[in-house]
Amino acid sequence: MNWQAHLPALLLAVPLLGAFAAPVFNLGGKTLRNVWFITVSTCVFLVAFALWRDVSVNGILVYVMGGEDFALSLPSGMKLPVRIILEIDAMSAFMALAGSITSMAGAWFSVSYMDRFSGMSRFVSLYFLLTLGMLGMMVTGDLFNFFVFLEIASVASYGLVAFWRDKPQAIEASFKYMVMSQIAAMLVLIAVGFLYGRYNLLNMGALGSVMQMGLVEKVSLALLFSALALKCGSFPMYLWIPDAYAEAPASVSCLLVTVSQASLYGLFRVAFSIYGVSLTNSVVAWAIIILGLISMLVAVSMAVVQHEVKRLMAYHAISQTGYMMLGVGIGLLVLGNPEALAEYGFTALKGGVFHIFNHAMYKGLLFLTAGTLFYMTGSRDLNKMGGLIRRSPGTAFMFVIAAAAIAGLPPMNGYTSKLLIYQSSFAVHPFITVVALVTSVLTLASFVKVFQTAFLGPEHKALVNARKVPSTMMVGMGILTVAILLLTFLPGSALSNLVEPAAKALVDQAGYIGAIMGGAF
Amino acid sequence: MTVGNLPFLVVGILFLIGLLAVLREKNMIKIAIGITIIESAVNMLLIVLGYRLGGDVPVHFLKGEVDAMVLPTPQALTLTAIVIALATSALMLSVIMLLYKHYGTLNVDEIRRLRG
Repeated sequence: MNWQAHLPALLLAVPLLGAFAAPVFNLGGKTLRNVWFITVSTCVFLVAFALWRDVSVNGILVYVMGGEDFALSLPSGMKLPVRIILEIDAMSAFMALAGSITSMAGAWFSVSYMDRFSGMSRFVSLYFLLTLGMLGMMVTGDLFNFFVFLEIASVASYGLVAFWRDKPQAIEASFKYMVMSQIAAMLVLIAVGFLYGRYNLLNMGALGSVMQMGLVEKVSLALLFSALALKCGSFPMYLWIPDAYAEAPASVSCLLVTVSQASLYGLFRVAFSIYGVSLTNSVVAWAIIILGLISMLVAVSMAVVQHEVKRLMAYHAISQTGYMMLGVGIGLLVLGNPEALAEYGFTALKGGVFHIFNHAMYKGLLFLTAGTLFYMTGSRDLNKMGGLIRRSPGTAFMFVIAAAAIAGLPPMNGYTSKLLIYQSSFAVHPFITVVALVTSVLTLASFVKVFQTAFLGPEHKALVNARKVPSTMMVGMGILTVAILLLTFLPGSALSNLVEPAAKALVDQAGYIGAIMGGAF
Repeated sequence: MTVGNLPFLVVGILFLIGLLAVLREKNMIKIAIGITIIESAVNMLLIVLGYRLGGDVPVHFLKGEVDAMVLPTPQALTLTAIVIALATSALMLSVIMLLYKHYGTLNVDEIRRLRG
C-alpha cells in the first residue's frame, strides 16, 4: 500500500495535527507560529488537490479508518459495513478542494490581520478545528460521523465568532448562533437515530441501498432537511447568518462560507445518495427550489439597504446560497426522469454545483476585502469610508473582480454558472428565471454602491491615517483572485474537469452505493 | 409487563419541554437548560432505540451465550453525543457569563445590539 492510499485520512489528520500542535509552536514565538499556520494550511490544500486528482483518475475512493476491510462477515454469510468509512467521490473531492483553498487564503490573511490581538495560539487551533470539521463533513461516508464533524465545526465556529470577546456584539452573535445550531444538530441526531432504528445501519451508501419510503423515512428526511437548511442559512432560518458572519474576524467569515456550504453538501448528499430515486414525489425538490427562490429575493432586498459592509456581504451570501439550491433542486426534480435530466436537469445541476465553487471563491474574497477595509479604516460603516482606491489600488482591483463575479457580469465565472441555471430553470417555469435575474440585478446594484462609497469619491476626513495593507493580506486575497480568474478564463476546462464529474457523482446514486456494497449483497 | 411505546412518549415530552423552554424563556440560563434537556431527550431516544426487552450485556466473554442482548451501537453513539453536549454546554455557559459581564442582565430582550 503506497502512501497515496492514505490521502483521505491525511486530509483529516493534517489539520488535526495543526490544531493541537499550534500551542506548542506558539511557545517558539510569533514567527514560528505563523510559519506553522501557513505551512499546515498549504499542506491541507495540497492533500485536497492530490485527493481530487486521485478521485478524478481512479473514481470513488473508500477508506476504512483503522482496518483493512469495512465489512463484517457473520458466520451466517451475512455482510454488514460496520467500520468508520470515508467515502470520497468526485463531489466530495470537489467540495474539499473549494474548502481547502478558502482555508489557505484565510490563513494567509489572518497572519497580519490578527497580528495585534492576543490569544493567537487558540485562534490557530480553532481555525484548524473548523477546517477539520468542514472537510470531515465533506468526506465522511457515515451518517453519525457526519453529525460528529458537524459538531466539531459548530463548536469551533462558536469560539471563532466570539473571538473578539471584548465586543458585546460578537458574544451576542455567537450565543444566537449557538442556540439555533445546537437545536439543528440535535434534529440531525434524532434523524440518524430514526434511520438506525429502522435499518440498523449508519453507512450512507448501505442506507441508500435498502431505503424504502415510509413514515419513518419521511420524518427523518424532514428533520435532516430542516436542520441542514438552517445550517446553510436558507430562507426562514437565516437570521443567525448576518450576525455571525459580520461579527467574526474577516478570515473566519471567509471560511464560514464554505463551512455552511458543507451543510448544503450534506443536504444534497442526503437527498441524492441516500434517498435518491426513492423520492418519487417532487415535494422535496420543490421545497429546495422554493426555499432557494425566497432566500435569493428576501436576502438580496435586505442587503441593498445595509450600510455596514460585512452585514451586506453576509446577506448576499444567503442570497447566493439560493442559486445553488435552485440549480441542484431542479436537478433533483427531474432525477427520476432520464429525458428531462439529459435535456435541462443536468445543466441545472452543473450550474448549481459550479456556483458552489464560484461562491466559495468570490464570497471568500469579498469578506477578505471587507476585512481589509476594516483594517485600513477601523470601521465597518460604509458612510465612514471613501476614496480608498488611492490608498490601496490592489484591494480595489480585487474587490472589482469579486463584485463582478458575484453580480454575474460576463465573462466572469459567476456569469457562467448563473447562465447554466437561467437556461435550465426556464424549462421548468419562466418565473423562476425572472426571480433569478432580478436578484442578479439587485446584487449588481448593491455592489456598485459599495464600490462607489468605499473606493471612489473624495477621501473621508477621518482616513488621513488609514493603515497600509500588509503583504500577507494581499497574498490571502490574491490566492482567491487567481482562482476566480482561472475559472473565468478557462470556463470550458473548469466545467469538464471540475464541475461535470462532481455533478455526475451526485446523480450517480448506484455508483455511490456500489462502492460500499459492491458484491457484498 | 410490557412497556410498549411509553419510553418514546417520555422522550417526546422531554424534547417538547426543552423546545418550549428555548422558545419561551427570556432568561439565558433557562435557555441553556432547555438545550441541555433537548440533548438529554435525544440521548434517551438513542438508548431506547437500542434496548431489547430482557436484553443482556452485549459482551460475550462476560455473559456467555444469551438469548437477547441490547444493541451496543446506540450506546456508543450516546457516549459520543454526551461528550459533545458537555462541551457545548460548557461553552454556552461561559458565553452567557461574558454576556452578563457586558450587559449586566440575563434577559434576552435587553440584549439587542444586533438589528437589521
